[in-house]
Amino acid sequence: MEYLIGIQGPDFVLVAADNVAASSIIQMKHDYDKMFKLSEKILLLCVGEAGDTVQFAEYIQKNVQLYKMRNGYELSPAAAANFTRKNLADYLRSRTPYHVNLLLAGYDDADGPGLFYMDYLSSLAKAPFAAHGYGAFLTLSILDRYYRPDLSQEEAVGLLKKCVEELSKRFILNLPSFNVRLIDKDGIHDMEKLTVSAV
Amino acid sequence: MALEDVCGFKEKLFSTLEDTTTSVHDYCNLEWKGQETSEKIPHHFFMPHFSQTNFSISRTPSPFGPRDRSVTVRRPFPLSHGTTTLGFIFQGGVIAAADTRASAGGLVACPAVHKITPIHSHLVVTSSGSGADCMLWERILIREIRLYQLRHRRRLSIRGTAKLLSFMLHPFKGTNVCVALTLCGWDKEDGGPGCAKNSEDTSCKTDDSPSGVISSATHSLSPNCGPQLIYVCSDGARLQGEVFSVGSGSPYAYSVLDGSLSWDLSKKEAISLAREAVFRATHRDAYSGNNVDLFLVTAQGWSQRRREDLKEEYYRDMERKAQKQQSGTTQVMTCKK
Repeated sequence: MEYLIGIQGPDFVLVAADNVAASSIIQMKHDYDKMFKLSEKILLLCVGEAGDTVQFAEYIQKNVQLYKMRNGYELSPAAAANFTRKNLADYLRSRTPYHVNLLLAGYDDADGPGLFYMDYLSSLAKAPFAAHGYGAFLTLSILDRYYRPDLSQEEAVGLLKKCVEELSKRFILNLPSFNVRLIDKDGIHDMEKLTVSAV
Repeated sequence: MALEDVCGFKEKLFSTLEDTTTSVHDYCNLEWKGQETSEKIPHHFFMPHFSQTNFSISRTPSPFGPRDRSVTVRRPFPLSHGTTTLGFIFQGGVIAAADTRASAGGLVACPAVHKITPIHSHLVVTSSGSGADCMLWERILIREIRLYQLRHRRRLSIRGTAKLLSFMLHPFKGTNVCVALTLCGWDKEDGGPGCAKNSEDTSCKTDDSPSGVISSATHSLSPNCGPQLIYVCSDGARLQGEVFSVGSGSPYAYSVLDGSLSWDLSKKEAISLAREAVFRATHRDAYSGNNVDLFLVTAQGWSQRRREDLKEEYYRDMERKAQKQQSGTTQVMTCKK
């Protein structure tokens, strides 16, 4: 039902998420934001079970902020991803596991851009591009075909548009709009919302 | 609450959660009574914790399973969550409307229930789901908000109230608690420039932005003052929006609302639209019906419209249709070439 996508370039990460908050067959919100800002250069995209997403993401968010307050410097994206994964793993075999699928995107001043794929079984993989949701089945092959490690920002947005086009053509559910954000050395930038008609 | 004490609710409920190292996760605020040092409470309150409830994924009960309180009592009759409630924001405030039927399976258990409850002078809550659960959680919410007001000498914002409610409901996720509340209220911001639209302060340090990110401000809604509409349900969902409808009749209500809703409705038009939406939903949905309750929340507080029987509205509608048809047939005849 929900869709997340991330594309890493040589000096940026482009991420997008759909805007639908649904409850059984009804779209309760058309402008729901599934991205959580962990720090100036890290975004966490979170989909999954209704209450778990916000609870878990806010928990991670506050803890990342707490780390910064306690130690005076921020967690790197890789460290934040591993911290998130550890929390997912800890709760996995408890009575209340968190059923959430995540993409963590960030820019490290030392290591450059990074995109991390995590799923509800607490697997973690650093990947050049990734997607979550049923839409991923339709779009991963497009990413496989056209992705290059040296994509420019415009090319990455074009690739994203290709994916959204395919979803609007073949995906049975209607995802009318997507939030798009770009992370680079200057921080997180809001990009123009992708709507199906504009694509 | 007194009834809790008499029934021994507290001991059963919270003795199972006690942990030697951490303080009791006191969602009914037992801890507040005897505490000296307050350092334990705040962050534990907001941290997700190990609860003894069965999570919905692991459906088979384990032999070391949850203690007594999670084993639900067998229901004497099937419950269905039949209702139509709705709320929307417009220039004149927040409208909350609901039907008044409580159903139990195919029986109308009560035709005159109050599904909209005032929490304080500027907040009403519409409820759907299990009637008993809703009543209990409304009372708990009223108590918690009042306690907050007494302790901190200011009223908790609507968003804060929603978050508080959501966190209180979280331990019961996966159990049979079924509560879907829509908080409709008006936030009064003291000490600020009234309800001026200020740019979003979305640094991570604020803990009451809905998704914690740089969000685009919708017109006059996002800042912490003015009309607010937030949906909270026992699954854990917490959504802020401009229009929500909940219950078995909600799709019918949504379709009527989506057609005519706009920010610039007059008060009369908004009330009429809400009535119409509930009426159409009660017509089509078997589990909604009887009367319609309507509340309007403005900066001055909530006001309630007199409860209206929808049976009369139905007959009026029939008449209108009959009249239209008569004038319609004459039109058709004159248009024929």
